[in-house]
Amino acid sequence: MRHILSILIENEAGALSRVVGLFSARGYNIDSLTVSTTEDPTLSRMTIVTHGSDDVVEQITKQLNKLIEVVKVIDLNESEHIEREMMLIKVRATGKDREEMKRMAEIFRGRIIDVTEKTYTVELTGTNDKLNAFIEALDRTVILETVRTGASGIGRGERILKI
Amino acid sequence: MQISGAEIVVRCLQEEGVEFVFGYPGGAVLEIYDAIFKQDSFKHVLVRHEQAAVHAADGYSRSSKKVGVALVTSGPGATNAVTGIATAHMDSIPMVVLSGQVGTPAIGLDAFQEVDMVGITRPCVKHNFLVKDVNELASTIKKAFHIASTGRPGPVVVDIPKDVTQALAEFHYPESVSIRSYIPATKGHPGQIKKAVNLLAEAKRPFVYVGGGAVLGDACNEVRELVDALNLPCTNTLMGLGAYPGSGDRFLGMLGMHGTYEANMAMQYCDVLVAIGARFDDRVISVPSHFLGQAKKIIHIDIDPSSIAKRVKVDIPIVGNVKDVLVEMLAQIHAGQVRPDPDGLAAWWKQIALWRKPNSLWFDQGSEIIKPQFVVQKLYEVTNGEAFVSSDVGQHQMFAAQYYKFDRPKQWLNSGGLGTMGFGLPAAMGAQLANPNATVACVTGEASIQMNIQELSTCKQYHVPVKIVNLNNRYLGMVRQWQEFFYGNRYSESYMDALPDFVKLAEAYGHVGFRIDKPADVEPVLREAFSQKLKERLVFLDFITDQTVNVFPMVGNGKGLNEMDLPPHMSEYESVPHPAANRDYGNLS
Repeated sequence: MRHILSILIENEAGALSRVVGLFSARGYNIDSLTVSTTEDPTLSRMTIVTHGSDDVVEQITKQLNKLIEVVKVIDLNESEHIEREMMLIKVRATGKDREEMKRMAEIFRGRIIDVTEKTYTVELTGTNDKLNAFIEALDRTVILETVRTGASGIGRGERILKI
Repeated sequence: MQISGAEIVVRCLQEEGVEFVFGYPGGAVLEIYDAIFKQDSFKHVLVRHEQAAVHAADGYSRSSKKVGVALVTSGPGATNAVTGIATAHMDSIPMVVLSGQVGTPAIGLDAFQEVDMVGITRPCVKHNFLVKDVNELASTIKKAFHIASTGRPGPVVVDIPKDVTQALAEFHYPESVSIRSYIPATKGHPGQIKKAVNLLAEAKRPFVYVGGGAVLGDACNEVRELVDALNLPCTNTLMGLGAYPGSGDRFLGMLGMHGTYEANMAMQYCDVLVAIGARFDDRVISVPSHFLGQAKKIIHIDIDPSSIAKRVKVDIPIVGNVKDVLVEMLAQIHAGQVRPDPDGLAAWWKQIALWRKPNSLWFDQGSEIIKPQFVVQKLYEVTNGEAFVSSDVGQHQMFAAQYYKFDRPKQWLNSGGLGTMGFGLPAAMGAQLANPNATVACVTGEASIQMNIQELSTCKQYHVPVKIVNLNNRYLGMVRQWQEFFYGNRYSESYMDALPDFVKLAEAYGHVGFRIDKPADVEPVLREAFSQKLKERLVFLDFITDQTVNVFPMVGNGKGLNEMDLPPHMSEYESVPHPAANRDYGNLS
């Protein structure tokens, strides 16, 4: 099953490699990983999307907690949460495709953020599924380049991951 | 007053009360060695290979309650240390390893003797640091000692670039450390402990399984109290030997791949298992599904949450310092007069007596060739069971574990997790330095001893009088055994040809050597080696032993704990399905 792990980790050199090293050393999966500093510059927030049985995910959480620099770990799947991912997708926009691409971007509430005579670059934010749906909706031959950030997640309502 | 980074390192070690630093100098640590030259509060032991420095620091720590310290230079010095670090990591040994690094401006430029030590050791340390600013040096070393020695212990590497050792700073050693992201567990959850006590009260076939965590967590008195107060049968893992006395009546011997028949059977057929500071690893329970095939409830006490439910799901997990948890548990037991089901327990002990009867460790010393087990048995007798015993890895290690009855924790030093050949001699060296008046023996084999034999030289220099018991069967014994059992007797590269004359070798290093090839000489020569006359000397005892001996019992690959290969005298137990299998013990009379 797919799980989204949210990690608060010391913003120190090498901290990221400890997390990544842990996943590869123990044979866990990383589907996506995003990381950046928080409002407190000494802390980074990391979101890792992984998949595995409940036992495996429990063990991943424990192993992450064992890393000295990890301050807190939560499995967002344990309660209501919101997840967003951003994608920049460059598509061919010539001839009849040009109007079609604009329409598709609008349907998915994307924004065209760069325009040339032959291309559009669309910025699209949403859940993993929504971004996949957008890609599915396009003719493969018009897609020139795709860049995705991987999911970021946050708990709903009062649920907060903070020290 | 400002002092150099190198002097700061020395001052930090003094503040930590370090007695010995095991190390080897080189370019990147010259400043530190210069600072060591100018001090006399701790002693530096110059080993002959960095791996041995780390094993010696490890043996020093295992045989005492202190943190081991090793110091190595950058590049090859650092990489040579890695096996030692990984060994300590697998067995959770508290240790601080200081490694030199090329100057910060040179890092990443493939400088001479540069290696990414923090990167290389990341998967085999509890934590590691690269110190880039001399102002953070003291606080980092303080953190390193704190992390190494608290929670589940482990090795911590501090990588120090040369320019940091040369830079100047004020020295201030913090009194205490607080790391917001590192708060080790202490007391267990009282509700969980209560549940555990209630479960014990219902037990008909209780069993206590004690691992290295009880030794490291200084909880052996509590383990003994629990086992004795409730009259529980008990086993120790390879790492836990000595936690409960090996000569105790309630002790069923070590369990696992080469555990005794009774310990493995009891482990398989108990109904309530109390696991204390142990981790259900593959060499202990073999296949988890088979182990759990026989229904049982498991109480698991461990300081490391990730050890719990890693291989085996348990019913009552208790995360906490084993000592604190057991103290609370005992308090509840005493307050509530808790006892397991008396009839059930009596029947269970009766069953255990049947399992014990054939004595799975029996062997025949009838022939004219020395049996390795016989040597360990005699070693136990001659040293009154009081020696510190280190071992290398292989058959001799298992014989030492099976036949030397360790009554004290920290008396037995071996590389249980990583299984590092070459561990024994340097570890014995560290143990002897930590316990200068104690008897220290290194039980080894002719293959293992050659992996760090250069340390005979270190032993000479520092007058380290360890006694080396070499069980010389001219084979990589355990490899040979597996080849016999599982590879059709094809002894691929497991014969040790062209062995040195170990007696002459010992003498060449300035020590005493004996070669023993008759059973009748085993005891007299051991007596001489451990006599007052040779107390101050390192003695190398080269026992020429039987080449065909296998370690029994043995739980083979993929087998269950109750499916042991047994020694020849127990053949009838193998061919017939054991009467215990799938039987309801409640009805035993």
